[in-house]
Parts: sequence; structure tokens; C-alpha cells
Amino acid sequence: MTFQWIQIPYALLTLFIILNYGMLMTALIQKIGARVGGRYGIPIWQNYIDLLKNIALRSKISHGVMFYLGPVFRLTGGIGLILFVPTIYGSVMHQNFSFAGDLILALYFVFFGTLGMALGAAESGHPHSAIGVSRGLSQVTAAELPLALGVFAISLQYQTLNITDIVAAQQGSIFNWTLFTNPLATVAAMFAFVGTMMRAPFDVVLAPQEIPIGPPTEYHSSYLALMQTNRVLYPIAKTVIYMNLFFGGATSWPEFFVKIFAIYMVSVFIGVVYPRFRVEQSIQFFLKWGLPVGVLAILMV
Amino acid sequence: MKDMDKSFRKDTETEFPLREEMRPRTVTAPDGQVIEIDPLRDYFCEEAPKVHRKSYSAIVEGFYNWARANSLWILGFGTGCGAIEMRPLMTPRFDAYRYGIQWRPTPRQANLLIISGYLSVKTLKRAIRAYEQMQQPKFVVGLGSCTINGGMYWDSYNTIKRLDDYLPVDLYIAGCMPRPEALLAGLMELKKIIRRGEAEGANKYAENFDWYKANQKSVIKDWDMPDYSW
Amino acid sequence: MDMRELIERLTSRHKLGAPIFQRPDLTFVDLTDNDRLRALLVELRDIEGFTHLVLLTAVDWIEEGKFQLTYMLNNRAANQTLGLRVYLERKDPVEFTSIHDIWPTAETYQRELREMFGINFPGSPRVMDEFILEGWTDMPPYRRDFDTLAYSQQTYRDRPGRATNDPRDHMKSKMYPEG
Ligand code: SF4
Repeated sequence: MTFQWIQIPYALLTLFIILNYGMLMTALIQKIGARVGGRYGIPIWQNYIDLLKNIALRSKISHGVMFYLGPVFRLTGGIGLILFVPTIYGSVMHQNFSFAGDLILALYFVFFGTLGMALGAAESGHPHSAIGVSRGLSQVTAAELPLALGVFAISLQYQTLNITDIVAAQQGSIFNWTLFTNPLATVAAMFAFVGTMMRAPFDVVLAPQEIPIGPPTEYHSSYLALMQTNRVLYPIAKTVIYMNLFFGGATSWPEFFVKIFAIYMVSVFIGVVYPRFRVEQSIQFFLKWGLPVGVLAILMV
Repeated sequence: MKDMDKSFRKDTETEFPLREEMRPRTVTAPDGQVIEIDPLRDYFCEEAPKVHRKSYSAIVEGFYNWARANSLWILGFGTGCGAIEMRPLMTPRFDAYRYGIQWRPTPRQANLLIISGYLSVKTLKRAIRAYEQMQQPKFVVGLGSCTINGGMYWDSYNTIKRLDDYLPVDLYIAGCMPRPEALLAGLMELKKIIRRGEAEGANKYAENFDWYKANQKSVIKDWDMPDYSW
Repeated sequence: MDMRELIERLTSRHKLGAPIFQRPDLTFVDLTDNDRLRALLVELRDIEGFTHLVLLTAVDWIEEGKFQLTYMLNNRAANQTLGLRVYLERKDPVEFTSIHDIWPTAETYQRELREMFGINFPGSPRVMDEFILEGWTDMPPYRRDFDTLAYSQQTYRDRPGRATNDPRDHMKSKMYPEG
């Protein structure tokens, strides 16, 4: 596919839609959680207010260049993920910068934000950040392994590294989805999905009740605003990949919204059912259950 | 009323010695280099806080104030009995979240410090540090009569009487102890103050910095931290 | 275990005062010979089964010029508590023998007594460290010649307008105005 200038505003439009969707959806999910608990819950636009409040803070202090770059990297990870993954299949507008090897790039971006965050948080010098970073990195690394294996499995299956092609191969009927053609790879990848969504039971890294909130301990005002933006973008971006790879992609915005919501809810449901794992428990869990499934998936193909 | 020993004079002479880890010293590095260390100067930033202006346009400032009022992040730091009354606010019965109020675990991300009751001198030191590490604009609410005039600890040798001598207080909630309803009503009142743009405690603190510091140092005898904890 | 019989047995070898049998399971007795404290405590712990040090606390008898130390010991098996009391001269510096090697928990109590009453226990680990007060330079606050009201008025500023009512008189005037 050749590059055209018009793609840039189109991609930005996609970004904008996803950002707002993410803001509202995370608030909605919190609200659902509150309603389940018998509370009224936050207003649906609370995320916007918090964001604005953080940007409007008058003072901020920095701990050095890396501290500054941490949230930037993190946000780059989220945005990059969205920009290089086709959001809506078959739509010229929301095709973004998809190209032949974008699957590899996407995998890279999934990890990029975490790494950047690690460097930034370490610079802040707060012991809680350092602890949070080391916990986070080890957990995410363990959780990403099944995903990598699952992705290899399906790229072998479809003989391509282009996400668009993979989506194209899944069109037609629901039974063309990878979910049905290669269930093992899907299961392996779903391990990684719940593992990296930073929701219970795998949220020991960021949970406020644990060692005070981990990597972002020292972040505030605009830095925090950047991270908040990312926190709504990134899960959606990641869910988009999963949707494209395993659940047949989306051909229109309504389908996109519904599918993302459904896939996201998987991690929410698992989160409300299970108590929080400690880091070594979750690493063990991923290596013991996620990894064999991933290996099996490759062998099956 | 209990009688007081009129002849009792408190000891104002004795200075508390600086803690050992805070004293200046010379250290020999592994490579033989000799280094002078003065922890209070070398480890901390000595800058005084500065006054932050409001935004130039009144409309923008009003908009910001609206956002600030609707997104109050409370530092999860409880000092006295009153801290127990903050917890019910998270429960279904009171549910403060619907007003955009949440609790944050670190002072960096919080902008409302609730001093929830009596404050011993030892805790005052921590409260000051926590307050100074919060980012502007920041608000302080004094909860319970202990923060107003000492409450039932009015004759205690180790709890302060007036919180506003040491930190700029935006709002007091009276009672011993105030019920969660009172706390909610107080927070609603604080929202109004913020929206009117009158909650400028941090600037007041920066303007009268010397006065606040003198008050703080007159009760905290082992002052072993920088004047302003950045 | 019969406490009367125990006290009698002990009195034959230690100088004990008149015991007070406060409750069937609670007895107080004075030890008049301070030097024999450790011997008595070890005997109580190892032979009589008082294995648990419940607390170690002090009373300031300023009029008599004495500090009273109370060692509360508990015998779990017999459900008996024995309060052993010794008296120290109230003159500075006050020092007494440390029992941290008999019960390690005594270390904490001795730190507290050092800070709040100014009773020193030489040899007790970390006894000179601060316990709960921080940067305290005045006289130990639990001594009775320390006037906490006067101290607080000389240290912290009052907010004008604070009124104090005696609860008893106040209730009386509110509920029975005729008297
Ligand atoms: S005002 Fe009353 S309830 Fe609150 S801290 Fe003081 S004594 Fe406790």
C-alpha cells in the first residue's frame, strides 16, 4: 500500500475517536463496578475532569530528563500501537499506517511503553517506584511470552506478518475467526491479555493498596495527565490487536465498539472473580499454564 | 477546671542535638578521595516555594477551578480519631466518588490534605512534609475540633492547638467527631470555595513562608529536614 | 495454685511486704529489698511458672519522694497474675537494674520508662533511643511536677473564645435549673 498524505489526518481522527471511546468506556466500567457494589459510581465524564485538573496544576517538579521522557515513551507506545494497526478492516479512513510487517512492530510497541516507564520511574529515585518497576517488568515479560507464541502460531497459520491480511483471512463467517480455526493460539494469547491489562488479579504492580501505587509514585500534574491518557488508550490499542488477530477484526465503528467492549469485559470479569496474585505467583502461573498452551499452538499448525 | 502550677516554666534553653546522620562529616571514598558531606545542604533543595499566578484570563481560570472542584484527590493520610470517619465515605452509603472525590496514596498526586483530628508534634512534622510535596494548587481541611482549638486535647503537652498556625487551612469541619455527613457537607462547601477562586492556600503559604516556618520550628525542636520539602 | 501459700513460701527467703489479694487471680506484693529483685524474678519465672511479663510500669509518688515500679507477671497454667512492686528513691539521676535478659520484652518498657519518667536502666538495649516523643528537651512528661497544662499554654497558641464547662455543673444547670 502506498503512502498518501491524507492518511495522517485520517489516522489522527482514528486516534481521537479511540481516545474518547476509551475515556468513556473506562468510566463506564468503573460505574458498572460501582453499581454492582451498590454505589452510584463516578460521573461518566469524570476522566475528562481529572485529566483537565491535572493539566491545570500550577506547579510541577522534575527529577531529570528520563523522568520527563517516561510518560512520553509510555504514551508513544499507546499511540504507536494504534497508528500502525488497522483499526477498521476495509475502511480507507481508518486503515492507518498498516504495512507488511506490522505485526512485529505491534509486538514491539506493546513492550515499548513499559520499558520507557521503567526508565522514567527509576529516575525519580523513589524506592516504591523502583520496586514497582521491577515487579511490573518481570510480570509483563512473563505474561507476554504466551502472546508471542500465539502470534507466531497464527502467523505460521496464515503465512503472513501483515495484520490486514490476517483480518482478511478471517472474514466471511464467524467460523473463520482464529478463535475457531486455532483455538489454542487464542487461549495462549488470552493469558497474556488478562496478564497485561493491569486489572485484578494481575494488578499488584499498580494497585493503590499495594506498595503505594508502584511506578507512578512520583508522577503528578502533566506527567500524570499523559499517563492517564495512555491508560485509556493503551488497553484499547491492545484490545484492537487481539480483536484483529483472533476475533475477526471489525468492519465498522459499531462493530468495533461492541467487540472491544466484549473483549475488555473478559479481563474485567476475571478480575472481579479472582483475588489479586502476588508477582511470583502470577509469573509461575503464566509459565506453567500460558507457555505450554502457546507451544502446543505452534505445534498444531 | 483543673488548677495549674503557675510557677511551672517550660525549658526553653536546651537545644535538641542534630541527629547523627544529619551532621556534617567527612567521608573517605573507596578510591582515597576525601569528601565533605553536609546532609542538610547536599541532599535537599533549599529553594523557597514561590507564588504561582492565576491564569491571565478569568474565563480560563474559572474553567480550571471548575475542574479542580470536581476532581478532588484526597491524600490518604489520617492523623487522629477523625480518620475513621473518612473511610465510610467510600462505602455505598455515602459514596463520595460520585462527586469526583478519590483517595490517592501519594502526596504528589493528591491536592487535598485532610488533617483528620489531633496532630501530635511528631505527626505535624510528617504532615508538613506531605503538604509541601503536594502540587499547587492544594487545599487543607481541618476535621474535628482538635484542629480548631485543641478540642479535648487542649491541655496536652504534645498536640498542637491551632492548625492554621502551621498550615494554611481552607475550611474547618467542627465536631468531635464530625459524622461522615458533616464531612461530605464540608467537602461540598470546599468545592464552592474553590469555584469562587478563593482557595489560594498554597500561595498564602508561599507569601507568609517565614511566619509559617517560625511557627513550625517553635514546636518541632528536632528540625532535621529542609525548609521546604520539594 | 494457692497464692497465699506461694507468698508464704517466698517470704521465708525474700523480704516481702504485706500482700494484697485483690481478686482470686490477682495479687500484689511489695519487695522491700531492691537488690534481690532479679533473684526473685528468675525464681518466679523458672520455678513457680510465672513465665510471662505482662507489663512493667511506674507510678510517681511525689509526696513520698519515691518511684514505684510494678512488674506484672502471669502464670498461664494456673491463671494467676502477680504484681511485684519495688520502690526507688526519687532523686536524679534515677537508675535501676535492667531485666531485659530475663524477659526481652522488658527492653521496650524500659525505653518507655526512661523517656516518660526519666528512670534509666543502664545496659538495656537502645534505652537511650527515643520511644514516642521526638525531639523532646523538657523534663520527662509523666513526672508529676511536669505541668502539662502550663506547658501547652507556653508552647501552643490558644484560639480566643474557647470556653470550658465543668461537665457536672453544666449538666446540673441545664437539666435541673431550679436546683
Ligand atoms: S476532634 Fe474529637 S474525634 Fe476528632 S481527633 Fe479530636 S478528640 Fe478525636
